[in-house]
Parts: sequence; structure tokens; C-alpha cells
Amino acid sequence: MPTVTFISHDGNAQEVHIEPGTSVMQAAVDNMIDGILGDCGGSCSCATCHCYVDEAWIDKLNPPSDMEKDLLTCVQEPAENSRLSCQISVTDELDGLVIKLPESQF
Amino acid sequence: MSTQKCIIVGASHAAAQVAPTLRQQGWEGSITILGDEYFLPYHRPPLSKDFLSGAKSIDNLFIRQPAIYEKSRIRFALGVTVSAINRADKQVVLDDGEHLSYDKLVLTVGARVRKIDIPGCELPGVYYLRNINDVQQIKRYTGHDKKAVIIGGGYIGLETAASLRKLGMDVTVLEAMPRVLQRVTAPEISRFYTRVHSEEGVKIVTDTQVEAIQGDKNAEAVVCKNGDIYPADLIIVGVGVIPNTELAANAGLKVDNGIVVDEYARTSDPDILAAGDCTSHFNPIYGRQMRLESVQNALDQGIVAANTICGKEKPYSALPWFWSDQYDLKLQIAGLSQGYTDVVIRGDIETGRSFAAFYLKDSKILAVDAVNSPQEFMLSKKLITDKADIDPTRLGDSSIPLKNLIP
Repeated sequence: MPTVTFISHDGNAQEVHIEPGTSVMQAAVDNMIDGILGDCGGSCSCATCHCYVDEAWIDKLNPPSDMEKDLLTCVQEPAENSRLSCQISVTDELDGLVIKLPESQF
Repeated sequence: MSTQKCIIVGASHAAAQVAPTLRQQGWEGSITILGDEYFLPYHRPPLSKDFLSGAKSIDNLFIRQPAIYEKSRIRFALGVTVSAINRADKQVVLDDGEHLSYDKLVLTVGARVRKIDIPGCELPGVYYLRNINDVQQIKRYTGHDKKAVIIGGGYIGLETAASLRKLGMDVTVLEAMPRVLQRVTAPEISRFYTRVHSEEGVKIVTDTQVEAIQGDKNAEAVVCKNGDIYPADLIIVGVGVIPNTELAANAGLKVDNGIVVDEYARTSDPDILAAGDCTSHFNPIYGRQMRLESVQNALDQGIVAANTICGKEKPYSALPWFWSDQYDLKLQIAGLSQGYTDVVIRGDIETGRSFAAFYLKDSKILAVDAVNSPQEFMLSKKLITDKADIDPTRLGDSSIPLKNLIP
């Protein structure tokens, strides 16, 4: 079962096991990870699941859609490695993925 | 461990927000959610979209996995109906007579579908669309080239039309008003959606009221007041919802187009709160009392209720927003357009599938309907809450980045 490590804005790390096929957003919500909301339930509509993907992993992900790219320009503190976590599906190949959380979704 | 008891009546979006937030904010007593459906809280928006079209299964619908509730000691009783609130004794009464005591009670009872009362409306093959059971029954009547008639041209009606069209059905939407989405959008938007649905092969018929449903053992056709008859294998009715205020009203709580709550989600009883589709509440951004039918309100108000119960009161002041997915159109709405005086369109609404329609009043943006225009949606939220003064000419000029209009 792949594991994903969430690192909060103040440096706390939490490792969670995730069923392959689950989105990073759903994994965060299911594990009460503070900092990722996912208000629209993963339909790429609300941009409250913003996260930063660790540089070692950013290129291993499927590229973002135009909708996701546009939403990302408007999140708090967007960066090169910003992604909407509801659009990242965890697979066995992503075992060990490291996700950093923004200070706030608003 | 505290012996305080919090009971939440209703097990949908608002409940799924209130309960974990209570724990997060320090509630140490028990938390019990009472739901009348035999499902843990699930996302409702996909019911008319991916769940109806088959892209998602029930397992994909749950808001949280059971493990979270277990970890947070959130208990559920499903298939339970609350028939009364005994405020004097601080108990809820179930329909089998059982009494459950509470210290704090949260009503997240939502809304129920408005029903049509015409001959034939009880025939098999006629369905409303509000919960998983509805869609499971609907799916028994779907099929390639089968005929679907949808009564109601609001968001549910149009989303359902798009999903059934995806399944290859022959779809007709019957709307009583002169245009679809009349209650919530400007005429330009109604025209846009009518055009796109037509391009996708869905027939939209407006100014048409239904009179009866014909059929012997199953629904076979919809008969309209003007005499038109639409044959159907499946009929779906989406004509609005009614807030579930009866429990509150019978208990003597203040009710007026919803269970009335203050900015801390409190009803007229300090130990009873309410959140979500069932409430009437004051929105400081628009300066008026309102009832919203949206996931956003359920979540934001749920957080307010939990904070209030834990003594960490934070007033509700969220900007309403909403989304709707039909075909390749992602509609994102920010704000409420009621009372607008002008509409400014940015983008090609006449022939394209991407634009933003801004609803203005006194040079300020009240709301925006953004179709496949997420940046306009996101930036508008700030323009609306800041009540920024806007130059309508620049707003309508797509060559000027919207960012530049932010003062």
C-alpha cells in the first residue's frame, strides 16, 4: 500500500497509507490532515486542496489540465510545484510521495 | 472525558463537517449523528453527474471513510427518523418512541424535494433526484436510445439531462417558465445553456406546464397543458426543494423560510443550532436574510456551529459560491445576483463555451457566472467581497487581464 507523507506548514510530518486510486486530497480528508479542505469533493472547482509537491516527485505526476492550471494561478502563494491535490491519484509508483501543505487555503 | 452529549440530526454535508470540527475544536463529549438514510454522509453533487452516468460508484461518494469517524469517536445511528424535539427535557424523540438526551443539538436536516401532484405522478418510472436510492432506481430505466423526459429546467434538470445524454438517451427537458435557470441567472445564460444542450442533442421546451403522466403499469408519456405529449421510458422531476423546518417549528423554534439562525448558527434556543440547506440566516456581505441551497453553505455554516458549541465563536460571513458540471462546461458561480441592474459578458457567449457573465449594481460586481473561466471565478470572489468599483467597459474587454481591474 503506497505511503504519502504530508508535511504541514510548521514542519510536522505525517505518513499515511493510501489505497491506490485515491486522490491525495481524499487521503488528506480521510486522515484529518489539517490544511487541505476539498470543499467541492474533488471536482476541480474550488481550489481548496492546494498543495506543494516535493521537487523529487513533481515530474512523476500526470500533468495538470488547463482548468487546474488556471485555478492554481489564484491560490494563496502559488509556486512552481503547486498542484490541486484532488487531481493527483496515488498509485504504487508514487509510493513515498511527499506533499507540503500551504499555510492556508484562503 | 466529558459526559456532555452532542446530537446532530441529519447525516449529509453539514453533519459531516460539524462532527469532525467539534472534535478538532476540543469537544470531548459524545457526538452522535442521526440519519434517515442507510448511508454514511456522502457527496450529493455527483448524484446528478458522475454517479448517474456511471463514472462513479457508491464507494466513491462518501465524504469521509469510516476510519475517520472511528478515530474521532463520532457515532452514527442510520435509518432513524426524529419525530420531535422535547426542549424542556433536552431530548429528541425517535419515531419508535425512543428518547435520546442532548446537551447540544445541531439540526442539519436539509431540504426535501418539492413534489408535483398530477395524475400518474406515482407510477413506476417517475423519480425525483435527491439521494442514492433515487439514482439507483433511475438507473434501472436508463439505456441507449431510451426516452427520458425531465420536468424542470433548473440545475438538477439540466445536469441530469447532460448525464442521461451521455448514456445515449433521447432527452427532453420541459420547463414551465419562459427560460431555463430563470430563477438564478440572466437571460444570456439561459440562452447559452439552451444552445449547448441543443448542440448536444437535448431538446429543451420552455413555457410548458405538465398536466398528467400517462401509463398503465409504468409511466409512458408526459401530457402537457397545451396538449403536447412526450413519450417517455423514464421521467425525472426536478422542481425545487423545501427546507425541512417542521421539527423546529413543532418545537417552537423560530422558522421563516428555513430554521432561523444568527451569525453563530444558533436558533432561538441557545442549546440548539442549525446549519446547511435548512437554515435562514443573515449574510453580512449582502446585508439580508437568506436561505442557500449549496454545499458551500453547509460546510461553512457547519464550521460556525461547531466553533460556537466549543466556545470559539466566529461569525458566519462567507461569500456564497456554487458549481455545476454539464458536458464539458464547468460553471462556477460566485456571489448572488439578485437585484442586479447590468450584465457584462467577458468572452464569447454566443458561439463559444468559455465566458464570464458579471452581474453589476452601482458599478460593483454582485456575482459572476463563469463557464470554463476559473480565473475569472477566483478573482471575482475578491472583487465581490471587497465591493470594488468596476469600470464595466474594461470588465467586458477580454484583452485587459482581470487582475488589472483589482484596485
